[in-house]
Amino acid sequence: MERGTVRVKRGLAEMLKGGVIMDVTNVDEAKIAAEAGAVSVMALERVPADIRAEGGVARMADLRRIEDIQAAVTIPVMAKVRIGHFVEAQVLQSIGIDFIDESEVLTPADETNHVDKWAFDVPFVCGCTDLGEALRRISEGAAMIRTKGEAGTGNVVEAVRHMRQVSKEIRALQMLRPDELPTAAKELRAPLELVQEVAGSGELPVVNFAAGGIATPADAALMMQLGCDGVFVGSGIFKSEDPDARARAIVEATTHFEDPEAVARATRGLGEAMRGQEISLLETRLQDRGW
Amino acid sequence: MRVGVLALQGDVREHVRLLKEIGADPVAVKTREALDDVEGIVLPGGESTTIGFLLEKFELMDPLRKRIEDGMPTLGTCAGAILLASRIDGGDVPKLGVLDATMHRNAYGTQIESFEDDVDVEGAGTMHAVFIRAPIVEGVGEGVEVLATCRERPVVVRQGNVIAATFHPELADETGLHRMLLT
Repeated sequence: MERGTVRVKRGLAEMLKGGVIMDVTNVDEAKIAAEAGAVSVMALERVPADIRAEGGVARMADLRRIEDIQAAVTIPVMAKVRIGHFVEAQVLQSIGIDFIDESEVLTPADETNHVDKWAFDVPFVCGCTDLGEALRRISEGAAMIRTKGEAGTGNVVEAVRHMRQVSKEIRALQMLRPDELPTAAKELRAPLELVQEVAGSGELPVVNFAAGGIATPADAALMMQLGCDGVFVGSGIFKSEDPDARARAIVEATTHFEDPEAVARATRGLGEAMRGQEISLLETRLQDRGW
Repeated sequence: MRVGVLALQGDVREHVRLLKEIGADPVAVKTREALDDVEGIVLPGGESTTIGFLLEKFELMDPLRKRIEDGMPTLGTCAGAILLASRIDGGDVPKLGVLDATMHRNAYGTQIESFEDDVDVEGAGTMHAVFIRAPIVEGVGEGVEVLATCRERPVVVRQGNVIAATFHPELADETGLHRMLLT
């Protein structure tokens, strides 16, 4: 019997496919998310919109808060660590967290190195803005990838940009001759073996979710039609007028993403979405954290 | 044989690929019309609460239960196995209730207790089994055969047309249970 293998770590991500992972900050929100059909919850101290508004150093959430959420739901519980903060990750593994997000939403702890994720039995998800960044994270042991988007903005434009970028670069690799792949790997700043694998299969070797700015059922369906495996919704649910209804609607739209009538049914009468922000007016772009 | 893979959430693609590999004709099932059109069904891995919620939301729970009770060959893996059971943790969660067994969810612990191992399955030989936040079968009724055990617990059970595995054969390209479904 073996634990913590690549298959076991990537396998949990496979089980989340077609689902919605929701940011929650307390037990009540976690229960609303679970009852709405979330496949997992991300336990946080503050949602990204509040981190953005309040400023200061954003760190791993308080452990008691995470443990209360773990006790309240049966779905997997994720939590975030700062980029490069491998001790926050050790601590989360020790309390039996199901998945760790090494996240640009928190203040980076290391400006050069990401966490060596091979050293852990718990799986990691990491953000990316393009294919090279995705493959670098996978080479460090990430078992799941998500687009970074621009968290806490309620503006889907960056998630779309990143998802299209990854897909476009994968398609471009598929056109190359084998003897052109070493140069492509150099340009992508990614390991050759992974570049060869993607050129052959036409897909990332791990599950890829969309994140960062998804606020409506139509946003979720848009990301699914663009080819992601599922969605993270952060501030979009609990910063909206009716979180319970919105959470359910986003889950439904993610399942029936290719059926406009189903997305319409899910969307009707939801009340106001989160306010949202124009990207060009932001003081800090979280997507620029990590490399 | 036209075999549906319930495609509300979970690792649908892996099951579709395995079914193709063994010569079945797999289709993703998300609607009542698609369900009416299949001769067998696979309930994939995923989150049982999410799939249960969506089965009720889209009014598929009753028609699916009816088809299974009428004898449609059915295979559930992990979350799918949970949904088939008639008793889940003693809790009141959406379920099909067509398999006389008690399932205890996440019974090995959180993800760091997830594991892989080889298991001997009666009628399908040795199989590599991937257990992801797997449930434990706490007890089965008289009409239920235990086809495999691991760490002293039943991990594959069968009751007539219904086969349930607490692990994921689809993550290790193991086709034995899918072949059993077709026969």
